[in-house]
Amino acid sequence: MERQFKIFRFIPERSDKPYYQTYSVECPQSFTVLDALNAIKWEQDGSLSFRRSCRHGICGSCAMKINGKNGLACEIQVNTLKGVIKIEPMPGYTVLRDLITDMDRFLAHMEATKPWLIAGTPETDKEQYQSPEDRKKIDGLWECILCGACTSACPSYWTDDDFLGPAALLKAARYCFDTRDTGFHERMDLLDSRSGLWRCHTIFNCVEACPKALNPTEAIVRLRNRLASEKI
Amino acid sequence: MEHHRHDVVVVGAGIAGLYAAMKAGESADVAVISKIYPTRSHSGAAQGGCAAALGNETEDNWEYHFYDTVRGSDYLGDQDAQELLVKEAIPVMYEMEHLGVPFSRTPEGKIAQRRFGGHFAKFGKAPVQRACYAADRSGHAQLHCLYEQSLKQGVRFYNEFLVVSLMIEDGECHGVVALELKTGELHAFWGRATMLATGGYARAWKVTSNSHANTGDGLSLVSSCGIPLEDMEFVQFHPTGLYPLGVLVSEAARGEGGILLNKDGDRFMKKYAEAKMELAPRDVVSRAETTEILEGRGIDGNDYVHLDLTHLGAAKILERLPQVHELVMKFAGVDCTKEPIPIRPTAHYSMGGIPVDLNTRVLMDGRKEPVVGLYASGECACVSNHGANRLGTNSTLEAAVCGRIGGMAMADFVKEKGPVKVGVAIDTSDVENEMAHYMDHEGREKAGVIRQELQEAMQEHCGVFREKEGLATLVETIRALQERFEHVGLEDKTKAYNTELCELIELKHMLDFSEVIAVSGLAREECRGAHWRTDFIGRNDEEWHKHTLAFKKPDGTIELKYKPVVITKYPPEARKY
Repeated sequence: MERQFKIFRFIPERSDKPYYQTYSVECPQSFTVLDALNAIKWEQDGSLSFRRSCRHGICGSCAMKINGKNGLACEIQVNTLKGVIKIEPMPGYTVLRDLITDMDRFLAHMEATKPWLIAGTPETDKEQYQSPEDRKKIDGLWECILCGACTSACPSYWTDDDFLGPAALLKAARYCFDTRDTGFHERMDLLDSRSGLWRCHTIFNCVEACPKALNPTEAIVRLRNRLASEKI
Repeated sequence: MEHHRHDVVVVGAGIAGLYAAMKAGESADVAVISKIYPTRSHSGAAQGGCAAALGNETEDNWEYHFYDTVRGSDYLGDQDAQELLVKEAIPVMYEMEHLGVPFSRTPEGKIAQRRFGGHFAKFGKAPVQRACYAADRSGHAQLHCLYEQSLKQGVRFYNEFLVVSLMIEDGECHGVVALELKTGELHAFWGRATMLATGGYARAWKVTSNSHANTGDGLSLVSSCGIPLEDMEFVQFHPTGLYPLGVLVSEAARGEGGILLNKDGDRFMKKYAEAKMELAPRDVVSRAETTEILEGRGIDGNDYVHLDLTHLGAAKILERLPQVHELVMKFAGVDCTKEPIPIRPTAHYSMGGIPVDLNTRVLMDGRKEPVVGLYASGECACVSNHGANRLGTNSTLEAAVCGRIGGMAMADFVKEKGPVKVGVAIDTSDVENEMAHYMDHEGREKAGVIRQELQEAMQEHCGVFREKEGLATLVETIRALQERFEHVGLEDKTKAYNTELCELIELKHMLDFSEVIAVSGLAREECRGAHWRTDFIGRNDEEWHKHTLAFKKPDGTIELKYKPVVITKYPPEARKY
């Protein structure tokens, strides 16, 4: 079936003004948005630029705004979308070209939360034991693919360049709630601040945007609760 | 050209590259250059687990793992390397746990382990649970952890830089030249030690489990410097690619008890591997499925069979195989707790690659003589751990073990040799001219069309089954495509994020190594592991128990040489499952 794609274009070397360009693509059943973008790039317009890699929802490269909602182009089927399909870069990040956004700040914020196990030297040459119940405490936290869809969808992030954003805070929670980790207070030096846990206004846009069905807001609330309980 | 200097330059940011970077970073100044963001690397798509004979769930020891790996490789693996791999597996797994990898756990809190194809206890006689896993997102868990540890270590990341040439002179590597995608500018990265960890090349097939990024860049770069490529004809087809596109459905699905059925509802593996059934090695299962399909027993006459998990129950599927459940639902609209999954073999893994020694040093002649300062590890390298067929869960294992060894070896090398040389005169005009040529050249051909024709030809002539005529046709087809490549013109002449240029460079690599695969496969007249010739019967140890070394000559022709397989313990014997 032939479908129309209205795509955000921005090529700074050609013009400082972005524009929309419409392409018509024959979309067989089970065609994804990424398939359609590839078809445009390979058959119609080689200049259309976007990021992509795994094409099955695992690597997180191809997050973009599709008919007004953030998602992964590779896992959204064209036949689930109505009308002319509008494709735009994720909001909240600087657009570098077409659908490619600058992810440097996003990654810098993630790195700032010390996203690694903070722990002393293990007392064993073998594995440290962790019960399945303890291991479950990080389910829903460690699966994040860093696509950036959640942080991009967060109104608090749009208005505050320093706000770490939901993805970084989810990552912080992934380590803080790992029972092998002892770095909670070290991380809280950064997170217990206006640009950290307290900038979130529980708007839940991040939850809606996450293609992996994770819940950054809940992670933020869990961190706040732990902070509160440890302060008492 | 902007110049950067580091003790160690690692190209590629999958499990192998990041493990190397993290280890070398303990004492050296390390840069990682990656054409995509590190966590986008294809290691993250590994699902089922990472093998190590920990014995947490069932009795196990490294000797069994060694035996399985040798047999799985159809006796083409080098046994010194294989022994090192399976012994190192154990401390490496514990190290990854200490680093924070969120492994699933046994009831008593140890690393959980599951069954996988080709892995057994007691020298093939008993089942074993050897694959250490984090649900079915094991590669994701390892990749992210190693990335985060590398950040902690202060490793410098150059993201979205595509390496376009190696700076090798007089048998010594001084680093790489890379294209910065953001600006379109070339950068020189000078390193005392350089590691290639650029991954696999199964993007050359139409039906593949691989990422768009898996274009075998490192192999072609090495080959163009006169270094041979080893055993390139051995390409693994994973038995459970989701129909039609080949996205991976983890072997963990069979490890957890999934079964394969043809159109008659017949569990056909009993005909092909009576004892091990669905848990026979991948080459065996992929041939069985292809035979069923070719003989008309695909589902509804189509070219797929069924993987049935429904008897496992929704609770087990959702706990152990959540990603399989999600993938199959999203990409095939199938609820695998209720319905069988349509699957067929999919191009998955490259057993061959850049010849390296046990310390991951790249071998100039493919045998003994290292290129000073150049290392390779992970899927792009051939040490050879996997010989003619890799066992499931030995790939992320190899990436971790060899990345780690390489990282330590590079750190030692830097200590011995001191900081990177300054002022070595390296002529980079060739690569500068090549890039300028791509940008200026006008031509009628489109890279996308050539790539598609290459993928279709590889799919048709270089799949699970091969024969002389098809491979000869393939060689001709690839050479014709290489000719046409000279007439490709870019539509996009801009510099910033010119992804059309990037895809063009990747296509050049694909055409280069595909020719090596076809030529090597045409020459090897036997059936061994993943290389199965329908015009020859069985394995021919007398003539073909040897590694292929394919040299690209300056005139563009490919010369084949061979080297012996290292046998330390198990001489070749019949391989039955």
